Amino acid sequence: MSGGFTQWFSNIQYMFSLQQWQYFFKNGFTGLLHGLLLTVEVSLLGLFFALILGIVFGVLATSQWKVARAVARVYVEFFQNTPLMLQAIFLTFGLPLIWPALVKVPLFMILVIALSMYHGAYISEAVRAGIQSIHRGQLEASLSQGMTYVQAMRYVVIPQALRVVLPPLTNQAVNLVKNTSVGVAIGAMELMYMTKQISDMTTGPAFLVAALLYFILCFPLATLARRLEDRAEVNN
Amino acid sequence: MEDNLIELKNVEKYFGQNHVLKDVNLLVPTGQKIVIIGPSGSGKSTMIRCMNLLEHPTSGSVTVDGVEITAKKAPVAKVRQSIAMVFQQFNLYPHKTVLENLTLAPTVVQGVSKTEAVDSGMAYLERVGLKDKADAYPAQLSGGQQQRVAIARALNMHPKTLLFDEPTSALDPEMIQEVLDVIIGLAQEGITMVVVTHEMGFARQAADRVVFVDEGQILEDGTPEHFFENPTNDRTKLFLSKILH
Repeated sequence: MSGGFTQWFSNIQYMFSLQQWQYFFKNGFTGLLHGLLLTVEVSLLGLFFALILGIVFGVLATSQWKVARAVARVYVEFFQNTPLMLQAIFLTFGLPLIWPALVKVPLFMILVIALSMYHGAYISEAVRAGIQSIHRGQLEASLSQGMTYVQAMRYVVIPQALRVVLPPLTNQAVNLVKNTSVGVAIGAMELMYMTKQISDMTTGPAFLVAALLYFILCFPLATLARRLEDRAEVNN
Repeated sequence: MEDNLIELKNVEKYFGQNHVLKDVNLLVPTGQKIVIIGPSGSGKSTMIRCMNLLEHPTSGSVTVDGVEITAKKAPVAKVRQSIAMVFQQFNLYPHKTVLENLTLAPTVVQGVSKTEAVDSGMAYLERVGLKDKADAYPAQLSGGQQQRVAIARALNMHPKTLLFDEPTSALDPEMIQEVLDVIIGLAQEGITMVVVTHEMGFARQAADRVVFVDEGQILEDGTPEHFFENPTNDRTKLFLSKILH
């Protein structure tokens, strides 16, 4: 990131020059597509692990066990109240000094881990709220039929909670896709990183096309979130 | 089989400062139909909820079918399979169809095969008069129908005991009888029943024994005749004078 942000835009004045665009499509576009591919991969993996973390910590946060609730609380508060950028940079450059084996982990995987932890915290809060919105009688009915707490969660409470959780979850998916862009700070070769690389030669087209690509990824998800919200309101 | 299916011994229950159950002792013999009556807030719901440990007594013990479920590491989930509960608010699973409500716990908890659970489930739905609603969702049914489904769901566990926690209190008046009819029908069988209710007619008709609870204590315990004709306790007389005109 040396040189600061002004350098990223050193030749922005040529944004509308045909030459720049020709140059971009000849030399930069495939690079952006590679970045896009990694962004999609990181997003899918990140979302997968964030969901797992979110469900596990969301369930812990509603358990009768005090220690479990405390652990979930600490996790959520820590990751919600520090910047993702700081977490990613620490994970990439700080933690390997304490734990050298981490150097061997590929950068895109580090990015996946950072995004999972960060968005897992937000999803955990949504899952907790979803579970708490389900009437206590549902848990009691399940338990009275001989289900264990885990069975009651799995077959009765969580399937109902998911309907409540789905809209905020989709919003988290949108945010996660956009947040893959912190890869630029740690050197993971996702879309934002590639954009920055290419912008050294052709700023305007690179940034415009990258924005368009992010939009194409996120807009359908955001629309889905809005639809789910409308439907959830109708059901209530 | 145990002679006494349920035993509450010196049961005390506090909710914070609130002393809800005071040294409750109760034996439920196998096959008996017990009706628990008492004013609102008397602790009768808490008492029945102690029988399947949805409420944990502050002290004292609860024994079900020979197993002390208040003991540490007691197989509570296992014991609950044979002591089914019907709730005031029905508590059907809204994301499942009527038939799935009946088959979920038997298949997941008892390891019964799907076809077997469906077969017995359909038989119980027929019994409560709702066979044609098997594929409906709970929200599509009336309150009375939902409670009949809840009874069928309880029966599909093939329990030894049925606990009813104010099964008609959340129903519109015109639906109470259809639910009571089902419960009265069950009372004529060998199954053990504990019913918390405000329905005095039902108590007279179906109970072997009436237990009157007030302020967390059992004040009266005897046959329906004894309870309605010759109550001994002054508070029982006062309660009866308020509800029987």
